[in-house]
Amino acid sequence: MRSKLNFFSDEKFRSIFFQTLVIGLFALGIFFIVQTTAYNLEKRNIATGWRFLTDPAGFDISFSPFIDFKSTDTHLDVYFVGVLNTLLVSVCGCIAATILGFLVGIIRLSSNWLLVRVAYIYVEFTRNVPLLLQIILWYSILIQLPRVKQSLEFLDVFFISNRGIYSPRPVFETGFSYVFIAIILAFISSFFIRRWAKKRQDDTGKQFPVLSSFFGLIIIVPLILFFIIGSPLSFDYPALKGFNFKGGMVIRPEFIAMFLALTIYTAAFISETVRSGILSVTKGQREASASLGLKKSWIMRLVIIPQALRVIVPPLTSQYLNLTKNSSLGIAVGYADLVHGFGGISLNQTGQAIECMVIVMATYLTISLTISVFMNIYNRSIQFKEK
Amino acid sequence: MNEITESRKPPVATTGILGWLRMNLFSNWINSLVSLFVLYILIQFIPWILNWTIFAADFKYNFNGVEITDRTMCSRVLDPENGGACWAIIYVRFYQFMYGFYPRDEVWRVNLSYIMLAVAVVPLLFDKFPFRKHFLKFTYVFPVIAFFLLNGGLGLEPVSTNKWGGLLVTLVLGCTGIALAFPLGIVLALGRRSNLPVISMMCTLFIEFIRGVPLITLLFFGMVMLPLFLPEGVNMDGLARVLVAVTLFQSAYMAEVIRGGLQAIPQGQYEAARSIGLSYWQMNMKIVLPQAIRISIPSIVNTSIGLFKDTTLVIIVGLLDLLGIGRGALADTTWLGLAYEVYFFVSLVFFIFTFAMSRYSLYLEKKLKTGINMGAD
Repeated sequence: MRSKLNFFSDEKFRSIFFQTLVIGLFALGIFFIVQTTAYNLEKRNIATGWRFLTDPAGFDISFSPFIDFKSTDTHLDVYFVGVLNTLLVSVCGCIAATILGFLVGIIRLSSNWLLVRVAYIYVEFTRNVPLLLQIILWYSILIQLPRVKQSLEFLDVFFISNRGIYSPRPVFETGFSYVFIAIILAFISSFFIRRWAKKRQDDTGKQFPVLSSFFGLIIIVPLILFFIIGSPLSFDYPALKGFNFKGGMVIRPEFIAMFLALTIYTAAFISETVRSGILSVTKGQREASASLGLKKSWIMRLVIIPQALRVIVPPLTSQYLNLTKNSSLGIAVGYADLVHGFGGISLNQTGQAIECMVIVMATYLTISLTISVFMNIYNRSIQFKEK
Repeated sequence: MNEITESRKPPVATTGILGWLRMNLFSNWINSLVSLFVLYILIQFIPWILNWTIFAADFKYNFNGVEITDRTMCSRVLDPENGGACWAIIYVRFYQFMYGFYPRDEVWRVNLSYIMLAVAVVPLLFDKFPFRKHFLKFTYVFPVIAFFLLNGGLGLEPVSTNKWGGLLVTLVLGCTGIALAFPLGIVLALGRRSNLPVISMMCTLFIEFIRGVPLITLLFFGMVMLPLFLPEGVNMDGLARVLVAVTLFQSAYMAEVIRGGLQAIPQGQYEAARSIGLSYWQMNMKIVLPQAIRISIPSIVNTSIGLFKDTTLVIIVGLLDLLGIGRGALADTTWLGLAYEVYFFVSLVFFIFTFAMSRYSLYLEKKLKTGINMGAD
């Protein structure tokens, strides 16, 4: 005879029971939240919907290097400006932080005691102080720079003041697109050259100067083309008119502060992963390759770095993700990124809190996911290929 | 005739100070150049920074011996060439930096909480602490005591959380965030590894969602959206709403760290526990989790350092933590322009806490390496 309780000791029944219970509770919770939210929104006279996206924004954005933004543009434009600004500072930060991080990581393993100590102090100080504080500190240093009228000059074309760095702006004239196409073609062809060279080396053992041919292709060929067409590039120089510069191109202090702080902060973390990555390659590897007669630079390039990268890349990925997410702190210094522009000003003006936050969060999720996917592909390509 | 060669002394240049210098600073000409360059910069920089922060700095009085009450009396404003830092801004605002706007008559409650926090946390960190068992009982009740002590109630005068500030808010956010996220993280980590597909999927989605968005968006969520989700009549103050966001955020990161620990436990431990007839919860509570948490403590401390630094983000949603109080002091016209002093001080306070935590995590890692044998066979 089976009692009712025995049902419960059946694993399959129990599993289905608990999962149904969880789904039920979850659905109930969502239902309750939707109900209260709808009620609360109605009480505050907030209409839900996406119509606000096409309304004119009515405010200016001081830093929009890619889109010419005017206050009559819509909130959707604010969103695009924000995404581009977020991506701009993230990409610049990731590249610079990688370079600085690798440099510091290698310095910390160098034989120069003094340099090692200085690098150590740098890493400990930047890692242990909140990033937000560092961003604000850099910003407060940058706005102490001289005013526009007394701005520091370099070569008569670069002007550094508390409003940012003014520099000549390249103006692409007709025909420059050919040069641009040449650069892209150079990249593609050097990719195929690399594949061909690798195959040839595997088959015959003969080497091909891949790196120098790459630089030759991407620099010299477009350069020759550039002069053949008749240098279709001129510069728009900044000039002081009244209280401000006219013309040229400006990099705002908000961007510089964000860039410096993100780079310096993340580089400290990257240097640690680089250091542990290089340390993870055993001494025997170095000795074995030295006894084979490899040059010092070859040992580094062919033996140490490929093995270290296997350890370095996964934490490096999460550092890139962190940097991208940390770029949202631009709001503290007024850098018009996604959170400040769209999630801050647009949200406050329209009152569409839920819609704005959903869009902002979804965008960050997309960016994070994209970075993860690409870094995972890269990671797979450098891992051990067991045959 | 066989002679035994006498052992010779090593060459002078490889031992002693000279040898050390040669090995570590001047091993080849590039190294020598670099060393000299770094040395030159340090000789320029270190005296300057020492002079600015200590020797030429004003603490309470300026160089005329007058007590400083506003920026115009700072030595560095009076004499920009020679004056150092003007720490008087910190001195004058020290109360705010420590307690925010907590009423002065009630401040003993905050001080008592600070002391009790130390009594609650220190025995938790060191497992050789004398009478640790008894102290840990106190650790468990401490949050309740601290809540009533700081917030009021039970005969104590209530103090609204919008009067809290400075180090108090930083510590409340950091400690509560870590303490609440820890159990939540365990549940999420177990859920993600669960055999039940629905539960595992929900936990995974939650963790990946939180890890994919910046903390600031979650703080906005807590500030802007949470009030919309709550039924009428339920009001949460700013600090509580931020705490919800911080806890959710930290629990996702904590879950991943604990999941790493769970993955390191050999399958045999699970099988052995199952074969002696332990249930799922018995197995986890008695066999798996104690081991998993033990090996993931260093990483837990590391994510906690992250959270502690991230608490500064609350200034963006209007709470006055240590950094917020600092910015408030700078906005005050009597102290305008003393940004470096304030940021230096706030950095130093954060550095002391986070550096201590990172040293502790290193100490744990060393102890784990030598102390226990995981029996990974």
